[in-house]
Amino acid sequence: MLSRSLFPRDVFAELERLQREMQQAFDLSIRGGARSGFPALNIGSTPKSLEIYAFVPGIDPATIEVQIEKGVLTIAGERAAEPVPEKSTVHIDERFAGRFRRVITLPDDIDPNSATAKYRDGVLHISIARQETAIPRRIAIQ
Amino acid sequence: MTTAIEKTTAKSAQPEAALLPPVNVIEDANGITLSADLPGVPKDKVNLTVEADTLTIEGEVSLSLPEGMESLHAEVNLPRYRRVFTLSKELDADKVSAEFTNGVLKLRIPKVAHAQPKRIEIRVE
Repeated sequence: MLSRSLFPRDVFAELERLQREMQQAFDLSIRGGARSGFPALNIGSTPKSLEIYAFVPGIDPATIEVQIEKGVLTIAGERAAEPVPEKSTVHIDERFAGRFRRVITLPDDIDPNSATAKYRDGVLHISIARQETAIPRRIAIQ
Repeated sequence: MTTAIEKTTAKSAQPEAALLPPVNVIEDANGITLSADLPGVPKDKVNLTVEADTLTIEGEVSLSLPEGMESLHAEVNLPRYRRVFTLSKELDADKVSAEFTNGVLKLRIPKVAHAQPKRIEIRVE
């Protein structure tokens, strides 16, 4: 406990917080990295539907493959590398290029036949309705 | 030689937190091409400013969210992008041209005429 007196208390709190964050970063889904994948995904839920937003800028939407099979949604495609003209220098190269695939396990209560997909401003928005029986209903008390 | 140096330190009066969009910067003899991924930003919410030697790219994310949606998982977790670059002298900030399609911003920053390469003959005497 000698070392503790050398540090103010909040340093330990800070370390603990960092450690927690590290653990969270490694607490990944079985289907892989949740933080650095391409495309980035946002998922939302309403009582009637599941809403998935895939951030896939700069792609012809017709080339994106969206598939639901056995309760698993797959978004796959390819983003071509930016052409580098002759005699030019690449200073920064951060944008994703190449084939991509992201997979999401869907909840049981959705109706896969109801899925719709729209592409706008580089975002693919997939909306999947929940099964009729799964939509919560308010029961009136008489 | 790097002609566009990125400002790593945030300005003191930065308004709101923003995501850092990934960019590519390619330089050729006549100028620089910069492309940035800004998915979810409509064309009218892209904001480009050149002030003195500072180029700022900003964009506000606008998604059509159904009413009463609860977020389950978010990797894009801030509603805006921002990235700031310092332009060097030989770049002509007045002639920046931009296009924006499918969430990708493409900028062309030409070099000023006198900065374009001139081949210097070496004479052997």
